Amino acid sequence: MTVQNDGIRAGTADKSLNSEGESAVSVSKLSKVYAGGHAALTDIDLDIRKGEIFALLGPNGAGKTTLISIICGIVNPTSGRITACGDDVVRDYRKTRARIGLVPQELTTDAFETVWNTVSFSRGLFGKKPSPAIIERILRDLSLWDRKDSKIITLSGGMKRRVLIAKALSHEPEILFLDEPTAGVDVELRRGMWDMVRKLQKTGVTIILTTHYIEEAEEMADRIGVINGGRIVLVEDKTALMKKLGKKELRLNLHTTMPAIPAELSGHALALEDDGNTLVFTFDTTAERTGTTRLLADLDRLEIRFSDLDTRQSSLEDIFVSVVGQSS
Amino acid sequence: MNFRMNMHGLRAIYLFEMARTWRTLFQSVVSPVVTTTLYFIVFGAAIGSRITEINGVTFAAFIIPGLIMLSVLTESVSNASFGIHLPRFTGTIYELLSAPVSSFEVVLGYVGAAATKSIVLGFIILATARIFVDYNIAHPMAMVCILVVTAVTFSLFGFIIGIWADNFEKLQFVPMLVITPLTFLGGSFYSIDMLPTFWRTLTLFNPVVYLISAFRWSFYGTADVPVGISIAMIVLFLAICIGIVWWIFRTGYRLKN
Repeated sequence: MTVQNDGIRAGTADKSLNSEGESAVSVSKLSKVYAGGHAALTDIDLDIRKGEIFALLGPNGAGKTTLISIICGIVNPTSGRITACGDDVVRDYRKTRARIGLVPQELTTDAFETVWNTVSFSRGLFGKKPSPAIIERILRDLSLWDRKDSKIITLSGGMKRRVLIAKALSHEPEILFLDEPTAGVDVELRRGMWDMVRKLQKTGVTIILTTHYIEEAEEMADRIGVINGGRIVLVEDKTALMKKLGKKELRLNLHTTMPAIPAELSGHALALEDDGNTLVFTFDTTAERTGTTRLLADLDRLEIRFSDLDTRQSSLEDIFVSVVGQSS
Repeated sequence: MNFRMNMHGLRAIYLFEMARTWRTLFQSVVSPVVTTTLYFIVFGAAIGSRITEINGVTFAAFIIPGLIMLSVLTESVSNASFGIHLPRFTGTIYELLSAPVSSFEVVLGYVGAAATKSIVLGFIILATARIFVDYNIAHPMAMVCILVVTAVTFSLFGFIIGIWADNFEKLQFVPMLVITPLTFLGGSFYSIDMLPTFWRTLTLFNPVVYLISAFRWSFYGTADVPVGISIAMIVLFLAICIGIVWWIFRTGYRLKN
């Protein structure tokens, strides 16, 4: 299933996007077939708006990292075109790459370098003149200042992750890619990282993060894209997505155990759980008639009593599972 | 297109590579100097004293250009190959590939740093030799030029090896089993004129012969091979290496998928 709402353009012609802001990254008709014949990406169209936090969700091997790698210049595209702030990432690579920062998924660092040197190196590599003041601010923001003279090999995994973020921020990019930023990071550190990302967004940085933690996307993102099998299957505003695809469950704790759903109730979307002690009714919040009143009336008529009831909104995780399930 | 260079980027790569030398000072500088000193003691002082002069030069002085070349060639190849292989191995190459640097700047940074190290090493060995032997340099300018061009050529060659190699064994293989034998057999310790005709002809297929011959000419004014041919060969190797590096970046061979 492909959900195309107002924010997503179908082709390159739609400029109505500009009413909501210019795009930071624009991908059109992007495909990637690896030398072995594996089609990693197929016909990707995607627009990332300036200043937003965009979460790219997808199972392992969906093509998240390949997509990011192509935008950043690490992998060559087979076909298609990408622009960053209006400039082509292949033809004007100097301009676009200077604007982009990338935090890779793997903890790849120069083990024997000090934190200070490696971050300063990145700034230079990306064409910026040395600025100890900026490096200091970045290291302090990421709580790495105390360890600035430590060799990277002596740091913990969480610190190494922060070093990679510091490197990516060293040249003050306008667009930041975070590839699985919180993979293998403990809860506290994850919260800290989310705070940092929000702070960055406030300074005007566009953030694209890939994750397979739904919680992360739910917590952070303004918009969410779901990628599966190398295709974008959905792009939506997070709240709209939750509302649009959000199913609600009405759970009734039955007074007496029900062995099977009575035939009289077959017209309702019901399921029995908990050994016949809980009756679950699933309904669509966006539908004109949810059917709850009719169900309750029917239950009353059949004299089915319940001791408690509660409703539950489906999480992004449920949405994700259903979207990916349907697309594959 | 924009032809402005990313000077900060180039500087960052160059200094990063040079910094690696200081961290591995022992491996990069001390060990080649110690090895060369041993050669001087064994071949120059001990055995050399029993060998007659070659082309009017004492044996100890005769081997100086060859010994410098031996170190410069092996160190150029191993430094440059290691320099580019390490980020490929650890994965930090992602940063280089995503940075606003052109392939020219990448090569200039890596090869420039490797060549710098080799040239400095060459001069250190030259200075060390002074302790053991008295020598003079007939064509100092030519000597420096040949040293620089050789260091650059073999650093380029090392860069190619570093990209081609997919493990550390292959990385060691070329300097150890290709460069060292070719240098030994290329007339480091003898004039190829001393060889029987068959072996002499065969030796002319060894590219290192031309390097050593030209380099020795810059010291003592005599050469195994005419200097013009030697210089033409050196330029040819340089051109081949530049061609291969150009091809690597054009196709993304072993760098990009």
